Amino acid sequence: MALFGFLKGNHPRDDSSVRDVRTDRGFLVFDSTTEVIQAEKLLKNDGLSVRVMGPPPEIRQGCDLVIEFPLIDGLRILRTLEAAGIPPLKAVPVTGLLLEPVGIFQIKHYGRYLMVRAANMKLTVDRQTGMIVNISGGGCPDVPFLAASMVGKSLVEAPAPRDIGHTLCGYALQLAYEEVQRQCSA
Amino acid sequence: MLCIVGTVPAEDFPLMEGMVEMNGDGLCMQTTTIPINRGTPALIAAAAMSARALGRPAPFACLVGDTGRGSGSARLYEKMVGLLPRNRFQTIAFHYLQPMVDWHGKIQAAIALLVPRPILIADAGFMYVAKMSGMADVGELAFLADEQAPHPFYTRGFILHEDNQVPELISRAYKHGNAARYLLVKGSKDYLADSGGIMETVDSPAEEAMEAIGGTGDTLTGIVSVLIDSGMPIREASVVAMKANRLAGQLAGPTPATQISEIIRHIDSALRLALDNKGQ
Repeated sequence: MALFGFLKGNHPRDDSSVRDVRTDRGFLVFDSTTEVIQAEKLLKNDGLSVRVMGPPPEIRQGCDLVIEFPLIDGLRILRTLEAAGIPPLKAVPVTGLLLEPVGIFQIKHYGRYLMVRAANMKLTVDRQTGMIVNISGGGCPDVPFLAASMVGKSLVEAPAPRDIGHTLCGYALQLAYEEVQRQCSA
Repeated sequence: MLCIVGTVPAEDFPLMEGMVEMNGDGLCMQTTTIPINRGTPALIAAAAMSARALGRPAPFACLVGDTGRGSGSARLYEKMVGLLPRNRFQTIAFHYLQPMVDWHGKIQAAIALLVPRPILIADAGFMYVAKMSGMADVGELAFLADEQAPHPFYTRGFILHEDNQVPELISRAYKHGNAARYLLVKGSKDYLADSGGIMETVDSPAEEAMEAIGGTGDTLTGIVSVLIDSGMPIREASVVAMKANRLAGQLAGPTPATQISEIIRHIDSALRLALDNKGQ
């Protein structure tokens, strides 16, 4: 793997895990994960078909994301982002493989409590009160900040991780948060 | 001396270094009080409680505020590159830092020049960026085992995050060079492993609610860091820490709503109990 190649040498890539190269897609590179999360929210609200993905190895720094978008919507997307004050650093056609984010949830019931795990992040709520009682897992430095901001608040009152988080762990917590909301409203 | 390097979840917390003591329900560094929540403050509090139980000096810490933007972490990495050659830390625990490949390389280069070389313990963000070091929970172990994933977020679905696959995941992490000399994995059963396989397991006392409580990995890292810094062999220190962390949880009578500060209060007595029963 190129990212850690300097540490321990490269290993052969098993391409079964990554998406096929899509020549009709491009990816947007931003200055920070915070901007990626804001841009994704903006573009999805605008009805655009975009996905957060892992960047190709040659531009990867460690805890970063890119937005995959349909090339045909490129100008509209750039106009939207520029108007919102978060223009991408660059927009590049997809010529390599982008990493697929984790898509598996694990759900556990502890009596009145419900725990949902997405990737390495776990969010637990009290189903009787709708209160977020714990956030565990994760290693990026916004995780303790997210926990301090969300634990002890109800699902309605608590800020969404994508609004105050900045990293991949924050993004994984957003997925768990959405799944908890779905489970609690079912 | 043990040095703990990590972040405090507040953007305005300054870059600070110094000894950290328990002060009531908080931590005290110089004249600053730090609340004990999950993250590096929980690790430091567990280390301070463990040091008290062992009659060891309070831990030294290098801290900065960072809520995930990374600017605080970058300042702390830079600080450590300058600080490491001027200090003789026996053990260094790197914790919640924004993963930054370039800065990680500079830290490793600075450590490579130290004589004697300190024992390095990595957890949380620093483990992500190294992907070759020590502490993991089961979810993060799956990440270490996935030779392609640069972050747990990209762990492939076929590498399931299940406790019963831990031995296989450990083996896979070592096969691809993604684990440190020793790997400590926290789960319903805790494991210590090296490249030769699983060395030790601890599965009691068992409290199912512990999985939901944020910070139980931070406390385990804090306890084991102090034990290793005290000179205890890593294998023995890991077993004592795994037992003490579980005992502290049990003594708190946990539910999924228990907060980590409630567990930390019991670390002093839990560690004494684990040491008294060592070898059983």
